[in-house]
Amino acid sequence: MKIHEYQAKELFRQNNVSVPSGAVAFSLEEALAAYDNLNVRTVVVKAQIHAGGRGKGGGVKLAHSQDEVKKLSNEILGMNLVTHQTGPEGKKVQRLLIEAGVDIARELYAGIVLDRAKRKYVFMVSTEGGVEIEKVAAETPEKIIKEWVNPDEGLTENQARNLAIALDMTGEQIDSAVEIFLAVWNVYIDHDCSLLEINPLVVTSADNVMALDAKMNFDDNGLFRHKELLDYKDESEEDPAELEAGKYHLNYIKLDGNVGCMVNGAGLAMGTMDIIKLFGGEPANFLDVGGVANAETVANGFRIILSDSNVKSILINIFGGIVRCDRVAQGVIDAMETVNVSIPVVVRLEGTNAKQAAELLENSSLEFLVATSLADAAEKAVSAVTGGGA
Amino acid sequence: MSVLVGDDTRLIIQGITGNEGSFHGRQIKEYGTNLVGGVTPGKGGQEALGVPVFNSVADAKRTTDCNTSVIFVPPAFAASAIIEAAEAGLNLVICITEGIPAADMVKVNHRIKDLSTRLVGPNCPGVISPGKAKVGIMPGFIHDPGSIGVISRSGTLTYEAVHQLVAAGLGQSTSVGIGGDPIIGTTFIDMLSLFAEDDETEGIVMIGEIGGTAEEEAAQWVIDNNLQKPIVAFIAGQTAPPGRRMGHAGAIIAGGKGTAAEKVTALKASGILVVKSPADIGTTMADAINIK
Repeated sequence: MKIHEYQAKELFRQNNVSVPSGAVAFSLEEALAAYDNLNVRTVVVKAQIHAGGRGKGGGVKLAHSQDEVKKLSNEILGMNLVTHQTGPEGKKVQRLLIEAGVDIARELYAGIVLDRAKRKYVFMVSTEGGVEIEKVAAETPEKIIKEWVNPDEGLTENQARNLAIALDMTGEQIDSAVEIFLAVWNVYIDHDCSLLEINPLVVTSADNVMALDAKMNFDDNGLFRHKELLDYKDESEEDPAELEAGKYHLNYIKLDGNVGCMVNGAGLAMGTMDIIKLFGGEPANFLDVGGVANAETVANGFRIILSDSNVKSILINIFGGIVRCDRVAQGVIDAMETVNVSIPVVVRLEGTNAKQAAELLENSSLEFLVATSLADAAEKAVSAVTGGGA
Repeated sequence: MSVLVGDDTRLIIQGITGNEGSFHGRQIKEYGTNLVGGVTPGKGGQEALGVPVFNSVADAKRTTDCNTSVIFVPPAFAASAIIEAAEAGLNLVICITEGIPAADMVKVNHRIKDLSTRLVGPNCPGVISPGKAKVGIMPGFIHDPGSIGVISRSGTLTYEAVHQLVAAGLGQSTSVGIGGDPIIGTTFIDMLSLFAEDDETEGIVMIGEIGGTAEEEAAQWVIDNNLQKPIVAFIAGQTAPPGRRMGHAGAIIAGGKGTAAEKVTALKASGILVVKSPADIGTTMADAINIK
């Protein structure tokens, strides 16, 4: 789960990670009120969307007066912000963060991620703050300094000090950084984060270390023990069809193609997308219906897939194990009777009771294209779209 | 020979009285696996699936001399179930549970790394040595005994691969689902090294997917160890968009890393036969074995 910068900063503030004063604004009025309350001359008007690269896209600007706050808030609120992370369609800005300007001496980077190969969390810092860290990692990896965290001990004071020293800090800056690094680690581990980034982490001209930006993602598998975080969920940032699928406990991700697919199991679902592409088609979605492929699941799957008007054919690929294929076939037949499906449907059922399933499909009055193998299924689903004749 | 599970397996089920544990436990037993007991705290002394239930793994071990456990307990309790089985001294622990927090698995791996227990999973279909033992949720009947070792991060895609192998006349020595989570116990490398030493295994199928660098590390291992058995690999997620978690918690391209293209390049460079299409796994392996 992703959250906004202002929400991450709220968590930072509650956990003694120093951040600039600021407030969220959903409207121009709230932006102006926030400016008044901050009682400083210079503020930053920051677009709040679930994507990085906002500054480059024109979503982060400095304002030095109430008039400028008004002008910039009007400009940014409601704008369609396009960044390297939003894709070309961009994202509509519905929230702003109005934040007190900070006198910056140095811009640095700090972040925590899971190192899968080492099976440990890694705390990373870099002197190259304010730029894309992926770029630093690719071009000058030696400029990223890492400390792997022992799960029994957490980030130690010594490690935090090593990181501060690696950032060429001196005197009081080091103490300030150690304090912030330890607090950041606690926020991360106490909330089951999957990623935390502060870019930039700044040293102010008064030698304080402060998080000027904040990005936090949470491990979905850990959310069951952090119910309070669910209040931070912003559904307007998510695709409506994906939200709808979530209500039916279906795992759906919308893509740009026109061959819809419904598969059991995530790996087979990805493999099915891949083979559609190999046969010259473009997959319209990822959809894992999981272990229960009954009439209700299949009907919901149809509804979700068909909510995308680009879809011109549907490929159902089920490998029955514990799930019996004849039950799935009956589910598909029943679902087709409740949902109006007017495009070609290719069905490939393999595994437990596959033969009985094929008979059920052949004998139904509905029009199915029954496929005998994975390759046959992909070929039929693609040619149904391109008109190559199935 | 088979690896991990076989005729010597003495299995217990952790969570044997739960829905999943009793449903799959029945099929595990019907396959002929040597099930010797189960564990559900608070239900010790009862019986389930015709075997005794114990309050703890240690109790079960004392009475049944079990050497393997399969875990079906819910995500919130799975980490401590793994640690309990490892500390009781079992050789092999296979965790089927999906949805365990990554932070818990970091702790589990740290805790068990110096113990002799091997962990497979979590979030996996388990392990089967056809004709000998099935310790997991895969459909047993699709498998045939034979000489191909299968290693996979997926579930149903593994069944697809096995189905193709059987259609091509190839049985399996052992098929292992290593799991779709970012932090897992047994890796591709661990399995490659076991299959390399197993005389009965003549060829290996590897099914990887986007996310992480486990496939790249496996490719390097194949080079460093000069593994001569033919390996056929497929990487799922060639069409997956970056930044999206594709069903499995570990299947995500993050920060531009973990793409299918990178993995395919690394695997090919190590001499592994990478198939573009998931429909070509069986035939490619059959060709490779026949040439050999």
